[in-house]
Amino acid sequence: MSLFPANSGPTVRAVHDEFHGDLLEVSMGPQHPSTHGVFRMVVTLDGEQIVKLKPVFGYLHRNHEKIAENTSYLSSMPYTDRLDYLCSMTTNWAYALAVEKLSGQAVPDRAQYLRIIMAELTRLVNHSCLVGFLFNDLGTSFTPLLYAFREREKILDLFESLSGSRMMCNYQRFGGCRVDPSPEWLAAASALVDNFPRFLDEYETMLTGNEILLARTQGVGRLAAAHAINAGITGPVLRASGVDYDLRKVDGTGFYPRFEFRVPLGAHGDTYDRYMMRILEMRESVKILQQAFKTLPAGPIMDPKAKLRGFRPKAGEAYGRLESPKGELGFYLISDGSPNPWRYRVRPPSLINLTLLEEMCLGHTIADAVVILGSIDIVLGEVDR
Amino acid sequence: MLGSGILKGLGVTAKNFVGSYHDPARMVTQEYPDTPAKLPEAYRNFPFLVTENATDPMGTLRCVACQICEKECPPQCIYIEKSKDKKPDATGKPQLYPAVFAIDTAVCMSCQLCVEVCPFDAIKMDHVFEVAATNRFEGLLLNREQLAKPNEYFHQIRPTEAAEVDGRLTAERQAAAEKAKAAAAAKAAAPKPTTPVAGVADPGPASPRPATPKPAEGGTAP
Repeated sequence: MSLFPANSGPTVRAVHDEFHGDLLEVSMGPQHPSTHGVFRMVVTLDGEQIVKLKPVFGYLHRNHEKIAENTSYLSSMPYTDRLDYLCSMTTNWAYALAVEKLSGQAVPDRAQYLRIIMAELTRLVNHSCLVGFLFNDLGTSFTPLLYAFREREKILDLFESLSGSRMMCNYQRFGGCRVDPSPEWLAAASALVDNFPRFLDEYETMLTGNEILLARTQGVGRLAAAHAINAGITGPVLRASGVDYDLRKVDGTGFYPRFEFRVPLGAHGDTYDRYMMRILEMRESVKILQQAFKTLPAGPIMDPKAKLRGFRPKAGEAYGRLESPKGELGFYLISDGSPNPWRYRVRPPSLINLTLLEEMCLGHTIADAVVILGSIDIVLGEVDR
Repeated sequence: MLGSGILKGLGVTAKNFVGSYHDPARMVTQEYPDTPAKLPEAYRNFPFLVTENATDPMGTLRCVACQICEKECPPQCIYIEKSKDKKPDATGKPQLYPAVFAIDTAVCMSCQLCVEVCPFDAIKMDHVFEVAATNRFEGLLLNREQLAKPNEYFHQIRPTEAAEVDGRLTAERQAAAEKAKAAAAAKAAAPKPTTPVAGVADPGPASPRPATPKPAEGGTAP
């Protein structure tokens, strides 16, 4: 048996297809800068048009699920930071949510508010980064990305001064949060959030009306709503196709029903709608954050009955899901009463949103495939686990 | 007009370019190696072991080798061997100590779980980040001598947390000392002629040397 699978041949080769004639097969990645990590697309081209696209992933597989089945519930919390490494706060929360469901643990009010604050700050980080990377893929070398990173840096500084780490926050615990933010921290965060729309306005002045952007994104990578629902697509990609499905509204996770916000919806399901979806969601996140800072209650941040060690939930199963910035992030746990989960499964939004990449790319050029991939918003840490 | 969007965008770029020379909100670059990075107090990177007394670091480790952190460490980077004998700790209670305590910082992911589960406040997170080494085993596999850092250092990097920990520990030690005193008084008051038992029991609370660490503590806590 050969050491390499059959499709890992030379990077470029000619193939013959009885319908299309002579075609060219190009292997993009895994070390390609525009594939957002170690991801490979095997594209078959007719001229410059894509007739076939095969996503190949698994290069970043870290055995996350099996490791979590062999360690205690608490010990896999830091590993969940590394799933979607741009949004560790929401991955932490989704995992904590599953474990709390499994063990029937209550969460104090203040912790619920803090979780929403962290999740929405994470959404700002993720979406501003994503838009920056999307324009990098379009060829606007680095300017929007660095403006986005400048804002992201301020939020990461807040995360660092609260949890000790910029990206690997490890902040949520079963039954609450780890650290209580000081009044100074809350004041700084509130000031940042109040200033954020100014950045968004500037960003939109720079990008939204740009003719090159419109030409490159409108009508590119269209995704029909029915198709998206069939494939289980979630998050901004689904909402860009016009489907009103946001777990913050549908499930009412945590205290989200207490907040007033709207769910933006797209009409065309193309790359431009997916870009606008992120900008509009950031504006809604700012609204949620402003309400949360105003109404944050005092009190404990940890359930007094919560146990850090020696944690043994009763035998049973639980599925905790959350509207992460990328879509529905779920953790499915089966307990057999031992300190380790018997089965631990992650439902990563990036991986499932990636399954329709071929449908979105067919008929477009290879340069558009890069933009479409950027607009889906994948993080390979989550795709491969 | 076609092209107006591009011109508007270029206006934003120009504003940012000019602003990066005078507007503090747009000047974000730090001259890192020349001006040292400012770390928040909560910053965490790699654990260290707290010692009570800087002159005798190995004799005054707070760690009692209970091995909880070793069990909880997600990437299993801590290795502890218990001592065969016991040494009195700050309250005078004889305790085990780690004969070997090693952390492989090449594996450590600075998740802070060891700090959270430690019941003795013996292991804390450090602020070091310039840890490049040429040899994995000499530079990154740290033994207990390399890991031990005095309590004063802990105060220096995390003043509020250290003050809170010291307050808690001194209260615990005072309670332990008063308990021992009360027990000794009760023993003295009770008319018991069994001299050998009293002889064994006496050196317990009386002999430990809390005199050396205690004043040092009193000096640092407030």
